[in-house]
Amino acid sequence: MKLSRLGSFHQSKLSFLRSFIREFKDWNYKRNIFDLDKNGYGTAVYSLEKNQKIYSLVCFAQHINPEERSDRVIATKWDAAFVLHDGIPTKEDIDRLRDNVPRQEIGRVSYKELTLSRANKSVRAFDHVVDSLSLGKQPDINLLSKVGYLYRTTAVYGSGKFGLADRFRIKDRKEINGPFRLEMMLVYLVRQFTFDQVNHIAKSKNSKKAIMLDENIARNLGIGNSTGLGMAPFIINHPTLLHNWIYCREKALKEIRSIEEVNTEDFKFFKDCFVKSKSCIDTWLTDSQYQIDKINSLKTDISKFTQHLEKDCSVKIKYLWNKIYVWAEENLGGECIEYIVSMMMEPYDKIINPLINDMSSEEEKYFHIPGHRKVSELKIILENNYKSIIDIDFKEKNNTTNFWFISKNKEEPRVANRYEEHGSELEQPLAIARDTKQLYEKVLKAKQSDTVAEFLLNNDDVRHVVRRAFIVDQFPYSEIQDNTIGASLVPIDMLRLKLSFFGAVKFDPKSDKWLRINMYQGAPLPHEMKHSNDTWVYNTLN
Amino acid sequence: MQSFSEIDTTSKRASKAAGFSWGVAEEIGKSIRSLELFGLPGVINLNLYLKKIKKNHPKKLSRIDKENKPNDNELCPIYSGVAFLDQCRQLETLQSIKFYNVSYPLLMLPFISKASEILGKKILTQYNNISFLLNFDQSIFSTNVDKRVNPLANEINIEFLENKNSFSEKDWKELYKLSEETFVEESESLKSKGAGAGLTDND
Repeated sequence: MKLSRLGSFHQSKLSFLRSFIREFKDWNYKRNIFDLDKNGYGTAVYSLEKNQKIYSLVCFAQHINPEERSDRVIATKWDAAFVLHDGIPTKEDIDRLRDNVPRQEIGRVSYKELTLSRANKSVRAFDHVVDSLSLGKQPDINLLSKVGYLYRTTAVYGSGKFGLADRFRIKDRKEINGPFRLEMMLVYLVRQFTFDQVNHIAKSKNSKKAIMLDENIARNLGIGNSTGLGMAPFIINHPTLLHNWIYCREKALKEIRSIEEVNTEDFKFFKDCFVKSKSCIDTWLTDSQYQIDKINSLKTDISKFTQHLEKDCSVKIKYLWNKIYVWAEENLGGECIEYIVSMMMEPYDKIINPLINDMSSEEEKYFHIPGHRKVSELKIILENNYKSIIDIDFKEKNNTTNFWFISKNKEEPRVANRYEEHGSELEQPLAIARDTKQLYEKVLKAKQSDTVAEFLLNNDDVRHVVRRAFIVDQFPYSEIQDNTIGASLVPIDMLRLKLSFFGAVKFDPKSDKWLRINMYQGAPLPHEMKHSNDTWVYNTLN
Repeated sequence: MQSFSEIDTTSKRASKAAGFSWGVAEEIGKSIRSLELFGLPGVINLNLYLKKIKKNHPKKLSRIDKENKPNDNELCPIYSGVAFLDQCRQLETLQSIKFYNVSYPLLMLPFISKASEILGKKILTQYNNISFLLNFDQSIFSTNVDKRVNPLANEINIEFLENKNSFSEKDWKELYKLSEETFVEESESLKSKGAGAGLTDND
């Protein structure tokens, strides 16, 4: 659970984009309203329906000037804004949403809305596609494979933000039992809007010559996303959820490694996915030296593994997956080990699918501190679960370099150098390693026969980490075993951990604090969902 | 209308800004959310209480006994509630407990309600001639709680209530303003490092 390893995770069959498509593949898709002007500005509504349950995406597209187009969270205008509505929106709902959704954080939505987002055009890709289609030509595949999408989202909000429905209102619905289902649904439907919009504008521009975007090209375009530090504290603030994600991954791996006789078909399926996935790595472009080094090491390791696979691996070997895993641990770097682990899951629907519903968490259930337990028990929990953290010397300046805070400008989490920037007195409770060490030192001095309740009467400054200790005692993967305020912190590792579980690909760091990604590249189009296969993620444009 | 998630987050931050530790502020966020979910005026009470203690933070309890009286003026409903919840298994043996001079007593209720769930026992709480029957943190039944059976109701009125806040815009703004005291103004150098920074976004 070191951050550098977590920051090497890849998408897998457990990822939420993929489980969303599997869950919703037999839902009925419909474009209910498409009321755009010749420039593509206006309102559109898309829905997914099954057994009288309906979710509708409401889209508002508007003109913005180039100087207003910003992926920064501080932006106030976007090319398009979106909201996922529970049911079919009435005209009054759409009017209400039109007044609020394009304003995003300063607008208000209601408990009838589930998720909220906004996106900007990738201007070079969008304009090129519109121009090409209007002239009766398909766009340049090379350009599109470099960009990978027509629109880039800059935030997707859910769970009660800005008046959205609280999770408790919807948590018992079977179809959204997997994590982030409604966020994934929003992004998926937004992707279709981007295709409809380019087709519509091209047609309006030149009705005689214009052609529709080839579905093979559309299918291999996703939705981009610029992701910053807003996402990083999430994995600290939701410990049982983090545990469930990692636990499901570990459980899947354990079951796969325990297979004694590997089926020929399954092994072939693994190898096919592996071969197809290699061409995806070739289209993984970035200017980030940090990521270039990681990709290069991945490519080198993949070559090594390919040789090993050809020379030494056969279904005749008992516990073949275990042998492959052990070999990878001994011979490859973290990036490639995680890549192979993801790939090993591909043949096993029976192992993976039942795990998807275990990846959510009723976090409130584990909030309570068992005050009747003894300080001596707390001491043992800390020693068993925070071994490497207890060894960190927080008197060392390098180990306390950073602090996390909420920015006054946009109410988003940020990280800064505590010795260079102001505001560390308003630090958020995200320095878990440092605070846990402090708790441990207090516990060592406390009367061991006291109850935790008695201990807390005089030590409420460490109450937040006492709570976490009792959580980690039940959920061993709930805590990142690393220092989140040290000088060597690479915040994008925290982002990548979460984004890999989303199913994002093409991680493209723009600094150590934010990155761009792609979602749904290769995914079936809505009318193809019913007959789609689950390995769409390995499709490429070239 | 504010979502319960927003009420939780803002109450937590405002409580931290008013001088509670993060761990206690987390408890407060959950407790105000719980009060509002039960239809009780948590936000209004918290806002008034935090304003009251902002410059003079209340004393913590050193222990809970059968009878608890403040050393100075009033007992803090938060510290009393959190300590009660932490110690509820030991306190259960006392059968009944009294707290005297408790500020904004409604704020203590969600902690007792949670204790009811943990102990698996209903808890009756009374103050100022109001009774609350706390049912395993599943519901709170208040006023005129008695054990009589009503063999006949002359009239039963049922009203569906709209989803709306139990507090005014002014109450919310005041609490929110306090929560903002946990935020930090970003320096220009920090702003230049955030997501989307350093690029033209017209690419």
